[in-house]
Amino acid sequence: MELIINMALLSMLAMTAIAIVRIKDLFAVAMLAGIYGLISASFFVMLDAVDVAFTEASVGAGISTLLMLTTLAITGRFEKADKKSRTRFALPLVLLTGGLLIYGTLDMPSFGAADAPVQEHVAPRYLNDSEQEIGIPNVVTSVLASYRSFDTFGEVIVIFTAGIGVLALLMRSDLPPAKGSKSTASMHEHMVLRIVAKMLIPLILLFGLYVQFHGEYGPGGGFQAGVIFASAFFLYAMLYGMNAARRVIDSVVVQILAALGVLIYGTTGVISLLSGKNFLDYSVLSHDAVHAQHLGILFIELGVGLTVATVMIIIFFTFSGRNQVEGETD
Amino acid sequence: MNFVGLFNYWIVMILMMIGFYIVIAQGNLVKKLVGLTLFQTSVFIMYITMGKIEGATAPILSEGETLYSNPLPHVLILTAIVVGIATTALGLALVVRIKESYDTIEEDEINQKDQEC
Repeated sequence: MELIINMALLSMLAMTAIAIVRIKDLFAVAMLAGIYGLISASFFVMLDAVDVAFTEASVGAGISTLLMLTTLAITGRFEKADKKSRTRFALPLVLLTGGLLIYGTLDMPSFGAADAPVQEHVAPRYLNDSEQEIGIPNVVTSVLASYRSFDTFGEVIVIFTAGIGVLALLMRSDLPPAKGSKSTASMHEHMVLRIVAKMLIPLILLFGLYVQFHGEYGPGGGFQAGVIFASAFFLYAMLYGMNAARRVIDSVVVQILAALGVLIYGTTGVISLLSGKNFLDYSVLSHDAVHAQHLGILFIELGVGLTVATVMIIIFFTFSGRNQVEGETD
Repeated sequence: MNFVGLFNYWIVMILMMIGFYIVIAQGNLVKKLVGLTLFQTSVFIMYITMGKIEGATAPILSEGETLYSNPLPHVLILTAIVVGIATTALGLALVVRIKESYDTIEEDEINQKDQEC
């Protein structure tokens, strides 16, 4: 049964992807990309990757669709027809590469095999020892925030840098705040949406906090919580306008908080360095080794959640701010 | 040939090639970024497929369970998804700037304008 659902979901993914290639209306492409994200999230649940599914559902089906649509509002909805000269070269090239790759998969271990090489490396150690060493049930969180916290530090910095990049490319400080764009003005009439959003936003924020602090025991953690937390602000900004959203949380405060998240993460590492241990070795944080791990993971996840949430808010605010400016000059 | 055991990998390759095709054959910059996202997601699916063990459960330790799927691919992909959206946003920001300078996001028109200068 599981295999059938697995195959059905994968076939739906392939069909969605083919539809994305063929459709020239980019608005429909953005919606299809959202559907694609949702189907792949369901697929990840099927394959036991609940944490990944969580992230993909909020990022792939939520935020990326929203960003795509915000961009399309500026760049225009339709794309030109394909040029024959390009497709003539591209198609054989793609078919050849794909054929070679599929030939390469023939050696792969069968799906679900317990004796595949990937299962025999470091994973059994994580599964067997993390309960004693880290003391939390969610192995994904133990690996993410403790065993491989150095990697995660790098990733948080990449996210932070991307946020700075978006700011550098799109921020305009020389313009006065706009008086509300066309898109938000039309939203004023949607009474039902506004009331429902008002009821939902506190729940979304609460859920974000739950995911943040329950990530050690169930699926969740800083990455997912950050994205969920940010989506509450997106919802508010979409329905009540950018100016109202900026009054709730000022752009400067968001930027400082984004840096603060990275700072909390880095400081946790530096504290261990100053105490004579390795970078991000949590054992200095408390006398009891397992308790120290708990504390360390709490700080790390806090830093991750803060940076992810604020960078997502920065990205959305900058894109929407650009959109407003465009709307005025046109 | 083991059809059931390799089906996931074949779909991964098909998705990857669809993404690749969009990137090289279609000229619209937003569409190209969607193509890159498809390419990226296909790699995610490949990693998660490799981590699955038949009959196992999600890697959250609990009483009475002995077999768990491999948590390591989950960690790698979970962070990759969030990094992916951050970099996609950077790409979209570049597209917005290109639209403002060139007034188009079609690759051939941009090249044409470059040559006119």
